[in-house]
Amino acid sequence: MGVGRAAETEDLLREAAPRALAAVVRRFGDFSDAEDAVQEAMIAASTQWSAQGTPENPVGWLIHVASRRMTDRIRSEAARRGREDLAGADPAEAEPSSDNDDTLALMFMCCHPALTPASAIALTLRAVAGLTTTEIGNAFLVPEATMAQRISRAKQSIKASPEPFGMPAEDERPERLRSVLRVIYLIFNEGYLTSSGPDLARAELSAEAIRLARIVRLALPENPEVAGLLALMLLTDSRRAARARPDGELIPLEEQDRALWDREEIDEGVALLADALGKGAVGEYQLQAAIAAEHATAARAGDTNWREILGLYGLLERMTGNPMVGLNRAIATAMADGPQAGLSLLEDLDGQLEDHHRLHATRAHLLEMSGDTDGAIAEYRTAASRTTSLPEQHYLTTQAARLNERRG
Amino acid sequence: MKFMLLQNYGGVPEGVPPMSEWAPEEIEAHITFQKDLNAELRERGELVEAQALTAPALAKFVVSDGGAPVVTDGPFPESKELLAGYRMIDVESTERAIEIAARGSAAPGPGGLPIKQSIEVREVMGPIEH
Repeated sequence: MGVGRAAETEDLLREAAPRALAAVVRRFGDFSDAEDAVQEAMIAASTQWSAQGTPENPVGWLIHVASRRMTDRIRSEAARRGREDLAGADPAEAEPSSDNDDTLALMFMCCHPALTPASAIALTLRAVAGLTTTEIGNAFLVPEATMAQRISRAKQSIKASPEPFGMPAEDERPERLRSVLRVIYLIFNEGYLTSSGPDLARAELSAEAIRLARIVRLALPENPEVAGLLALMLLTDSRRAARARPDGELIPLEEQDRALWDREEIDEGVALLADALGKGAVGEYQLQAAIAAEHATAARAGDTNWREILGLYGLLERMTGNPMVGLNRAIATAMADGPQAGLSLLEDLDGQLEDHHRLHATRAHLLEMSGDTDGAIAEYRTAASRTTSLPEQHYLTTQAARLNERRG
Repeated sequence: MKFMLLQNYGGVPEGVPPMSEWAPEEIEAHITFQKDLNAELRERGELVEAQALTAPALAKFVVSDGGAPVVTDGPFPESKELLAGYRMIDVESTERAIEIAARGSAAPGPGGLPIKQSIEVREVMGPIEH
């Protein structure tokens, strides 16, 4: 029972912490000190709440305790300097505004335009998701001291920026929201694209990203792209158990055991997406989610509606101008209209993607479909020599070997 | 004692074909061997880090005199000399480092036979000993 309560407390704390942090930062201004103070308040809470029960207003409790620490700190700083004038802060003044707005403001700050994506990711995981520096370091395979420094420098960059904290102006919000969504999606992919063994810690990043998207959705329930991103991640994550062999080697979509796909995640993703598309402001996450949903709802690989997927990739390519989308459209074209049609689309992408490994991998796949074994082997080998992912390199090398063996 | 166990692309005997010309199950056996060895070393508390590097096609050489750097891209005629990957281990003795290197060298190749990969064993310099 004690264990159950401790786990309950931990869940509650993780939900309450970003809201408390946002309120304390808003009240006192200094992000770094505020974070320390909230951390101390959380440590106090985890022992007190487990033993004595949860307070009626957990967020208020954390704000109160953290604000008291802030005031103490300011007092002792002032005393050290021989002054007593600026210590009058009343902890009660740091009330949460609208809860979800505060969390959103915190996310906007962590995804501040002054930060690089790597820093924004680290700070978001620290301040909003409540991961420890050790956990974040483990997840990104970086020593703890390096990660601590990255986070500390990120905080300094924000502090030095002209607009350190708070909701960005109305006209800047769409752009800032795009940054937030991108950071969340990057966190998800970091966790999804690696799998077993020593990388297990990274898998939890996907769950964190989904949790973060849920938090953003609470603040912006009517935004279809927020719902679209959440749907996309759920639909992608639903394939987690099927996408790799126990030793971590990749299994392509058409060969996956669809019985292993997570129905609950698929159902939630599909429902979210239907609701989002109904709002009539289609964006790239909704389109990607719609493609994922087409795959997720095909009972067998052979039942996939490639014609529909082709249309969606066409829309996505026009919307984003991203040549990587063109590669996927070429695959969909090959599946709908035959490999030659797909291959001629790839020719248009040659100039834009130069020697990117995915261009070679796609061409290899389509050449194999067309029956050109020698050409496919050469392209699989080139792709293997250019990828930066070890599981992908193993997969591509094995594809070349398989065709090589068949050729005899 | 920390050691780097380094392997180059050229460290296999003449006549061993590149991996994409092996049979798929030979590739699988090789990869499984490497993963199992890493798992075993990790289990024993001896593995610091094991990494494979991207292929020579993506390598760059950089030289600078303090001004704009001179960057040389591949392909390189001497790509056999490039590092393919490494293990860093923390072990009790040089003998143990050699034992681990020997295990890695005998990783299975075509026909399941040891490929006899040459492993460069280099002790990492440490602080002053007292």
